[in-house]
Formats: sequence, C-alpha cells, structure tokens
Amino acid sequence: MRSTGVDRQLILVAAGLMIYGLVILYSAGQTDIVTQAKGVWYHQFVWVGVGLVAAYATFKTSLRLLEWAAPLVYAFSLLLLAAVLVIGTGAGTAESSKSWLAIGSHRIGQPAELAKLAAVLMLARYLSSLKEPPRSLRDLIAPCSLIGIPFLLVMKQPDLGSAIVFIGILFAMLFWAGVRPRLLFMLASPGISLLLAFSNYAWGAWMVLVFALLVWWRPYIWESVTIYLANFVMGAIAMPAWRHLQPYQQNRLLTFLNPEVDPRAAGYHAIQSKVAIGSGGWFGTGLTQGPQKRLAFLPEQHTDFIFSVVGEELGFVGVTVALALFLGLFLVLLRTARRASDPFSSLVVFGIIGLWFTHVFENVGMTVNVMPITGIPLPFFSYGGSFFVICCICLGLAARVAWDSRMSGYAEL
Amino acid sequence: MNGFDAYQLRRRAATANWILGGAFLLLIGAFFRTQIVQHARFELQARSNRLRSIPLEPPRGEIVDRTGRLIAENVPGFSVKLLAPSRDSLRAVLARFATIVPLDSFDIQEAMRRYRSAPYQPVVVLGDADFEDVSRLEEHRTLLPGLIIQSEPKRFYPQGAAVAHLIGYVSEVTESDLATNRFPDATLGSLVGKAGIEREYDSTLRGRPGVRFAEVNARGRLVREDVGAPLDPVAGHQIRTTIDLDLQRYIDSIWPTGVRGAMVAMTPAGEVRAIYSAPTYDPNVFVGGIDAANWRLLNTDSAKPMLDRAINGRYPPASPFKLATAAAALRRGLIDFDTHMPVPCRGGFQLGNRIFHCWKKEGHGSLNLTEAIAASCDVYFYQVGQRLGLERLLEDGVRMGFHDKTDIDLPSEQTPIFPSSLEYFRNRYGKNWSSQAATALNFAIGQGENDQTLINMVQFYSALAGTGVEHVPYLVRPADTLNRSLGLTDEQLAGLRHALVAVAEEGTAAGILRATVGKGRALAIAGKTGTAQNSHGLDHRWFIAMAPADHPLLVVGGIMENVGLHDPAIVRNVILALRRYLLGPDSSAARLRIEANESFVADSGPSAADELPDSGTAPARRAAPPPGARAPAAGVSADRARTP
Repeated sequence: MRSTGVDRQLILVAAGLMIYGLVILYSAGQTDIVTQAKGVWYHQFVWVGVGLVAAYATFKTSLRLLEWAAPLVYAFSLLLLAAVLVIGTGAGTAESSKSWLAIGSHRIGQPAELAKLAAVLMLARYLSSLKEPPRSLRDLIAPCSLIGIPFLLVMKQPDLGSAIVFIGILFAMLFWAGVRPRLLFMLASPGISLLLAFSNYAWGAWMVLVFALLVWWRPYIWESVTIYLANFVMGAIAMPAWRHLQPYQQNRLLTFLNPEVDPRAAGYHAIQSKVAIGSGGWFGTGLTQGPQKRLAFLPEQHTDFIFSVVGEELGFVGVTVALALFLGLFLVLLRTARRASDPFSSLVVFGIIGLWFTHVFENVGMTVNVMPITGIPLPFFSYGGSFFVICCICLGLAARVAWDSRMSGYAEL
Repeated sequence: MNGFDAYQLRRRAATANWILGGAFLLLIGAFFRTQIVQHARFELQARSNRLRSIPLEPPRGEIVDRTGRLIAENVPGFSVKLLAPSRDSLRAVLARFATIVPLDSFDIQEAMRRYRSAPYQPVVVLGDADFEDVSRLEEHRTLLPGLIIQSEPKRFYPQGAAVAHLIGYVSEVTESDLATNRFPDATLGSLVGKAGIEREYDSTLRGRPGVRFAEVNARGRLVREDVGAPLDPVAGHQIRTTIDLDLQRYIDSIWPTGVRGAMVAMTPAGEVRAIYSAPTYDPNVFVGGIDAANWRLLNTDSAKPMLDRAINGRYPPASPFKLATAAAALRRGLIDFDTHMPVPCRGGFQLGNRIFHCWKKEGHGSLNLTEAIAASCDVYFYQVGQRLGLERLLEDGVRMGFHDKTDIDLPSEQTPIFPSSLEYFRNRYGKNWSSQAATALNFAIGQGENDQTLINMVQFYSALAGTGVEHVPYLVRPADTLNRSLGLTDEQLAGLRHALVAVAEEGTAAGILRATVGKGRALAIAGKTGTAQNSHGLDHRWFIAMAPADHPLLVVGGIMENVGLHDPAIVRNVILALRRYLLGPDSSAARLRIEANESFVADSGPSAADELPDSGTAPARRAAPPPGARAPAAGVSADRARTP
C-alpha cells in the first residue's frame, strides 16, 4: 500500500470519464450550423477547474464534519428548492419550468443538484444513527419523509427527471442500510400499481399478486392493509392523475411507448436520437464527423442527448467503452462502500452510487428508447456547471471514504 | 448500527453487483440492437434525413428523318431550382429572386404548387433559363439560399412549326398522369412526350433520369451540393422515322397563310413521308414549361392549332370516295371499265319522286366508268350505288377500312364515322326506316353518315397506288394490325389509276395541273379531287393524288377547310409536293428519285422535260400562289353533289 492511500482506481476511472466527456462535449459543438453547443466545451474547462478544487476540498474534509453538518446542508438545500419555486427561471428545453436559481439574468445553478447530495448526506446520517435497520413500514416513515420533501419540491418545478433520482437514492440507501427486499417491494408496490393502472388486466393481475405476497410474507396486519389500500388507491387515481399531467409530460410518456405518435414534436427527440445512434454502426462516423449532429438533426446534443453523439461518432465500440467506464466507476465505489470504516461513510458512498446510477441509466436509456425522455444530465458528459461540481464533490467524498478506510487499516476478510 | 458487518455488506454488495450487471447488460443490449442489428435501417433513415435527391434529366433520344436529318435534338440549357425549408421561406426567396430575374405571378404560383406536391425536392423555378439569367443569378447567389443551377439538356426542334403535329412536344408529367400511370417509370418532374412521336415513343425516347444529392441541415437549408457519387442519367434512344424532312418542310413552306387543313404523303407500303396540319404552332414554346400567355393563345385560338387535322379532323369524304364505290362494284363484278349506265347524265337522277342532282347541271351524257371517274359524274355513281345496294356498300366500306382508324403510330387518332351495317340506321331513325335506296345513292358519292380522316383516305388511295393492299401507315414502326386487301386484280387497279390519270389530264384537276406545271409533263400524276359541303361556311376541298401514274411511288393527299368550290390551292400543293419528292428540289434534273430498296425501274418516267418550272421557284412560304394558278381555268371546277 502506498503511503498516500488515495484510491488510484477511482482517480483513474473518474479521470477517464472526465476526459471522455470533455472530448465528446467538444465534438458536440462541432456543427455545420451554429448551435448553442458551439464552444461550451471551453466553458466546461472552467467548471472542471472549479470541480477539481471542490473535489480536493471535499477530500480534505472529515466525514465527521459532514455528518455533523448534514442537517444544515439539507435544510439549506430545501430552502433553495423552496426559493426557486418563487424566483426560479427556466432554461433550455424546460423554459417554462422553475429549476434555475438566477441573480438578475445570470443563472447560477440548479438547487436540485445540491439537494440530491444533501439528501444523500441527510439520509445517511439518519440511517446510520439507527440501532437496527428499519423493519416495518412505520420505521420507513422518517427516511421516506427525508427524501419525500425535496422530491415533492422538485416535482413542483416541475422536474420529473431529478425527482426520479431521489427515488433512486432512497431505494439504494435503504437497501444498503439492510432493509429487507420484501419491505422495499412493499414500498415500491403502490408506484408499480400506478403504472399498471392503464391496463385493467395488468392492474387486476398485479392486485392479485400483491395480495398473494402479503399472505405469504405475513407482515403486521396493519401493514398489509395499508399496502393493499395504497395499491388500490394508486390504481384508482391513476387516470385523474394522468389528466392532471402537463400535455408535454403526457406526450413524453406516450412517445416513449411509441415515438412515431408524434414524430415532429415530442417523438422528434426520441427518433432523431435513435437514428443518430443507429447510423453509427460498429465504429461510428468518426469523432466530430457525425452528420446527424453536424446538421443539427440531433437535439440537445451537448446536454441531455450527449450520449447520442458517442453512439453516432464512435459507434458501438465507443458506447461500450463509455458504459464500461461507468460500470467500472460503480464497481470501485461499491468496493469503497463495502470497505468503509463506518456506516455513515458507507451509506454516503452507496447513496452516490444510487444517484449516479439513476442518472446514467435514465439518460443513456432514453437515447435508445429504453427509458422515457426526461431532462436529466449524464455525469461527466453533459454540459452544466452545478451538476458537474456536485459530481466532483461526490468523487471527493468517495476518495475520502476510501482513504479513511485504508488509514484505519481495512483488511479484506 | 447493526447490519454493517463485513459479511452482510458482502452479501448486499453481491446483490448490488448483479443489479448493476443486469442494468448495464440491458443498456448494452439495447445499443447492440440499435447500432448493429438495425444499423441498415437507421443508416437509411439518417441519409434520407439529410440528403435531398436532385433528379438529373436524361437527354431525350434524338428524332431523325429517314436520311438522318435532325427533327428533334437536345441543346445545352439551364434549369434553375430552389431548395426551400418551408413555404414561407420559398416565398421570401422567390420575392428576392424576382428582383434579379423577372418572374410573373404565374411562375411564382407554379413554383408554390410544385413545392406543395413535393416539398423535399428542389422546386423548378425556371425550366429553361438563358445564360444571361444564370450569370445574373450566380452573381447574387449569396442572396438566394438554396439556389441550384443545373445544366440540363433541353429539347430543341430545329424545324419548329413545320413538324409540330408530327413530332408533338414535351412537358412535365402532371399529377394526374402519374396517378393513372400514363407514363410508366415517370416520376414527379420527369419530362414526357405529350403529343405526336414524342408521346407515342415516349418510353424509347425518355431515357432514365440520374440523381445527385445535396445535403441539408435540420432546418432544411442547403448545406452543400454534390454529396457522394451521382447516378448518371441514361440517355434515351434515337428514333429514325420514315419522314422526308425536305418534303415536310416544303409542304409547310407552300401552305397558304390562314388556311386550315392538312396534308399527308405516304408510300404505297405505308411509310409516311410527310404529315402536316395547319395552322401549326412552334413546339419549342413548350420546352422548359410553356408560359401562361402562350398556353392561353394555343388553347383559345378558334383555329385550334393544337389539333392534328391529318389524323383528328373528320371530313365528309365526298368525291374521293367514288373510287371506293367503284372498287366495291368492280370487285363484285357488277361493272367493268366500259360499263355504261342505263340512265345517261342529264344533270340529275330520279329515284321515286325525288331528283338526285349531278354537280354539273347541264349533264355529262352517257359515260363509261373511266370517263365517269374523270368527270366525277354523280349520276353515274348513283347508279353504281343502286346496283350495289346500301347493305353491300356498307359491308365493302367496312372491309376497305372506312369504319376503322388506320392505327398509324401517332397518339389519339380519330376513328372515322362509317356505319358498319343497316342496324346503325334503324337505331338512329327507328325501326320503320325505309330510305335504304336513297341512302345508298348518297353513300355512293361519299355523302351521308360518312366522315373520314385524311390519313384514312390516303391509306385507301395508297392501296390503289400499290398492289391493292392497304398497309398500316407508320412513322417509325407499323402497328401489327393486319393489312387489308381491296380484293382487286392488277388490271382493275391499273384501270382505276388510268381513270385517275384522266382526272388529272382531262378531268376536274386538269386545269390546275396545267396552271401549276405548264404544258410539259415530267411526271404523270393520277389523282382525285373532291368538295366536301360544309353547312357552316365555304366548302372543304380534297385532292388525293399519286405519281408516277404507272407505278406510283408516293401518294399525297390534302384537305383545305372552307376554301370554297373553286379554290385551286390544294390541288396545286399536292401536285407540287409530289413533284418535289419525286423530282427533287432541282427539277431541271428531271429525274425520278428511285428508292434504292424499291424494285421497280422508273422506265415509265417522263421521256423528256421540255418545260419544267423549277419548283424551287414555288411561292415562298406563306406567299400567295403564283398568278397562273390563281386564274380559275375553264377546266377548274369542282364536283359537287347535293345532299337531298
């Protein structure tokens, strides 16, 4: 073991992702007609600088300090989320939403990104303070509330993509804290009921399955009743809730099921992204050469759909390399979480895994129509300051946890 | 906190590993499916996303006459197109365009219409731009986004109006043409033949268009031209016709101004040497899209210049039909050339209580068949008709092709009007129709419910000129319709021709012949005049003739509308055309042009030419006929039969 104790694999994978991301971001700006993506890679260098400083600062910060400060950060982020609902502005494709905090006309960041990290820290602090992992629904009320508040505030913006990330964080951290999978299933079941409510048969079958599982697992009787009722209510309110959604949100879900429904408007992104990726083939058209991107057929090629540029220009090989880097990052982080010196650190790292995994799976998945389209950035690739800095802080946290565990003499059992 | 011992964490980490692995496998699988399995589909979609195909017009096949002289050729030209992302943008660019090269509102409307029907294709703005326009546009290229200037072969008809009806014209295929698949393989924007040979042999002439690609961006703006390898157009095939361009031009040049009518020249074997209709038009105005003013002019003109009177005009056949009556009676053995009819011509013929008049009030006296043809005596032919009877007249008429069109290889030939049986009259006039005998008299002299096209009449005379077989007339390839035989012996054919010589030498055409060529005869001409009565105005004049009389090489027929009973022009023009073709422009050479592939020897040709007016001195185009021809000589008269 080297004396520095820094997790070199983590640094290596993270550096690989950052360089890859910057190269692709550069390419995204190389178009035949001027788009707003032109030159953003240059700005991104500034954020890389800021991010590296933030990562180093975080690395130098004790986890104990963070644990102590978690409620403050959490409260601060909630304050920002509330403020943004009042004074927030929209940007880009989500012009009408209120997700940006701005001073004058100068946008300084999206509080939702900070709130994600704050939620991870807060939830880790709460869960690590418990004597036992949550064993019943009643035990889950507190952690669910911790996530639920920022979740609802983000939904209000509305920013469905970020809201989903909170769900990802919640489930990842509950799982890592030792909550039994059947309890997680029960927690998730009303949501699944909501999705299945659009088909009477599927929903009926689902209700039967839930009933059978509840009989088999035999939780507390009040738990069974609550879960079953929640499932039922979700199924019943599905249609009214659907009507309550904004038309663009309805369209996004509909076009996810069939992009050709509306090929000019809502389905346009899905089709163009798939066309760009599909035309890439094995090796792609070459960096900066992708015609769909060059001629601006590919929308949002520097933010939400940056992964389509990878697909078009570097082909299946480039995609595989990028996904392998992400998978490598997650495996390194998983090891870090496993070897962490205390539950708080471990939960924080696993929370970061949950955060990034949701981003990667949703963002990459939507470019090939595996997931519905939501405006959610790809870590280290998408252009954007606040998210990049948050990601760097996460890296710093993970590095610190790894360093701590090495310093405390972790040994593989 | 409990539950964070190494063993439990390792179990959870294993589960997390599985979940991560599964999720990434799912993503990799989705990318594999999109990028590798469906690659071809998306590749194609990506191309069609950004590439706009610009069709490359193929050069149309040339059309040449029988000696290879050009009737239709291609010359270099330019077409100017615009590739526009939207209608508004097109309108804006067109407005700017109009300040550089003038466009009228029709051009703009037309361009907008084209855009609506094919928004992803470049819109043709100028189908036939000249060099000056093109250089002006090139100068202002930066002002005109999406401008595409393409050099394209343009159709050119060097003979212009002289060949209009025979050649037809080309124009862009219409949407209804495409919907009905009138032109197989044509695509939007293709140039297709719309009339004449251009229409009939369109598939041979058209060739296959090529294509090149231009790249556009997501907003539909032209980024660059000529992306990738273009697909070169395949030129159409040349077509060689039976037309004699010299004769065709000559016929046009001697046609009197303002007269409507047509002329056809063909060999006894059915090869059409000239086919002309007047008034005519310049087919070159259609190249690159006809402008609104010209189109209106052509379509509203009461003279109907677009109508090909040689194959579409139907006229009462009148006296030229008497030869058909004679042929029918000869074949059935009812008469021979020496037969005198029981009633001599005293100016009329009585049937029941009706008198059928002869055109000559004072009468012809008693004539044999030859004399009756020469004098075109109506009373004689009334009696031939009486002998035949209406039923046999109709039957023989149908057999000789007067009921059907000739199937010449030109589009839209009209079917003549000729009843195929007595049924026709019963259907038309009721079951109790009983004037069979009177109708037979009318039919015998080419009156009644009988309207023939010029081409049909010339076809009949070409059978008389040759071996008694009616060949299908053709310009390129004969139709595979069976040739009809008149069923006459060689002696009978020779006898009829002898009678037709008499027409020209002593009969109804003699005066004009003398006036036209003077006393000296380099060429023995046989022919038949006719006057078709016209209730709306002056009568139409027919003349169908052949030469040399013994072994005719060419049959020329013509009709002039509304020129009146005594007008000599058609007879003169037919004679001039025959002489031009058979003696050549320099008739002082006084020799017959012998077809290399025709077997007979021209020993029957004229022995000497004592006085041959050079047909080169024939009146210049559209000039008045020479004074000699104008004076109505005593012999110049027309046969006239009165419809009862």
